[in-house]
Amino acid sequence: MTGVLEAIKAAIPSAGVEILKNPSPCAQDSLVVAANDARAVAEFLRDSLGFDFCSNVSGVDWLPKKVKQEIVHKETVEGVESEVKETVEREIPGFLEVVYHLFSIAKKSGPLTLRVRTGNRVGDVSIPSLTPVWKGADFQEREVFDLYGVRFDGHPDLRRILMWDEFADHPMRKDYVAPDDFEYEPTPHDEILAKVKARTEAA
Amino acid sequence: MSYLPSLAPSRTIDVSLGPQHPSTHGVFRMNVTLDGETVVKLQPVFGYLHRNHEKIAEGNSWLAAMPYTDRLDYICPLTNNWAYALAVEKLAGIEVAERAEYIRVITAELTRLQNHAAFLGFVLGDMGAWGTALMYAFREREKILDLFEALTGARMMCNYMRFGGCRCDLPAGWLEATRKLVDGFPAFLDEMEALLTGNEILLARLQGIAPLTPERAINGSLSGPVLRAAGVDYDIRKVDNYGIYNRFKFRVPRGSVGDCYDRFMIRVLEARESVSILQQAIAGIPEGPVVNPKAKQRGFRPPAGEAYGRIEGPKGELGFYLISDGSDHPYRFRIRPPSLINLTLLEELCLGTKIADVMVILGSIDIVLGEVDR
Repeated sequence: MTGVLEAIKAAIPSAGVEILKNPSPCAQDSLVVAANDARAVAEFLRDSLGFDFCSNVSGVDWLPKKVKQEIVHKETVEGVESEVKETVEREIPGFLEVVYHLFSIAKKSGPLTLRVRTGNRVGDVSIPSLTPVWKGADFQEREVFDLYGVRFDGHPDLRRILMWDEFADHPMRKDYVAPDDFEYEPTPHDEILAKVKARTEAA
Repeated sequence: MSYLPSLAPSRTIDVSLGPQHPSTHGVFRMNVTLDGETVVKLQPVFGYLHRNHEKIAEGNSWLAAMPYTDRLDYICPLTNNWAYALAVEKLAGIEVAERAEYIRVITAELTRLQNHAAFLGFVLGDMGAWGTALMYAFREREKILDLFEALTGARMMCNYMRFGGCRCDLPAGWLEATRKLVDGFPAFLDEMEALLTGNEILLARLQGIAPLTPERAINGSLSGPVLRAAGVDYDIRKVDNYGIYNRFKFRVPRGSVGDCYDRFMIRVLEARESVSILQQAIAGIPEGPVVNPKAKQRGFRPPAGEAYGRIEGPKGELGFYLISDGSDHPYRFRIRPPSLINLTLLEELCLGTKIADVMVILGSIDIVLGEVDR
């Protein structure tokens, strides 16, 4: 993984890429790529490092969370210097993440996990589409758009794929609340009463 | 004055194929634009069978997702089970019991046999040979489903794999019955081939239809038999060596033209290789427990982390991407559905062909809608 990172850094020095460690025993670490550099990095991975196969594209919803952090700082009280521990609560803003699993058919290697993150969960949800690089991401990016609400700039055909077109929400988000009945329609209770009344009064 | 309707020769017609149509293999729709009989545009429409499997699994315990995987590609429940179990085992670092590894290979290859048998029948149906070929294929498939029923209690909804092994041991006499079936399977393939592979109509309908280059197949993320039919040497059983596949000798058949005929023949050749793997696995299966006694099933909480596990399913690369936050249910449960992703190039394949070929091209990809829509 560090080899891939170094190769990217050497080819695109300005690219914002860092390694995210995976604590699981399988140790599939991933590369977090800044959204603005995602296209360039993806093209480099495909053309120069042989990652020609974009196998899997999945969305992940990370809600904002509060983390407690211990900060140690030195304090001088009446001439005596001492270390003071302080617990600070910090809120990490939520974001949507799109995870690409890349393989190399030519070199028979992989997976290389690529993560691209949106700015937040509500307004700034655009990231560049990688469909122009790997056609295989087409339907999967549409699915992430449909179920998570990530907008893919430069996608050739960004429409809902699994939910119907009129559906407004994004059901895979963690804070999505499903309605009790998708097809609920109120009975025309009052309208009919009003109609009947109008008719009887006219008669 | 002419009595003929004044149709401009370039006028196109929009046809909605499906969602209820025997050739779409389920509730799937293709909006096709035709110029005469030639396809000039094709837009697949998905979602008729969508129940958000991933969301359901994220609300359930890790084990409770196992029976749901049966319902993805319901033709091949046991390989779905295996793919999920494999991903969880990667995530939590669980060792698999030795005997279970063999049982997994045996059940997975039986699944491949019955999937490919059903494929042969379905694709012939798509060509208009309604019934006969399908009956021959299903005769064979039923025998394998009988074995599944004897082993797991269900023909199709098997729910058989567990983290670190399998749910129960083989019943008495099962291995012997399987050996008999496997030894007899090449005769079925020979019979199918005698009927079909040299058949003039079949050749006319398949050869040269919708050829695919290896570069396009790779870029379109196609996997499994469709990818190999395009001439790409890529079999996850060989590449990842998951389970114990490195212990068996088998070849990876490849196509040379990448047309519908190659996609058809690759299944026949693959089935022959599966027979060979099965014979080796049945001969080598050891005694022992069928599940790792240290692996926890109920109340299972893998440590925080993530894993992507994949297998070579009968339809292609079936992968599970799991994120655990250390709780008793997955934080993220993603299925990489080969049936959906193999349709990526459907429009590209169909453009310029005749409307009657669309059915055959779709059939040659081999999809199951339970997995496409999830």
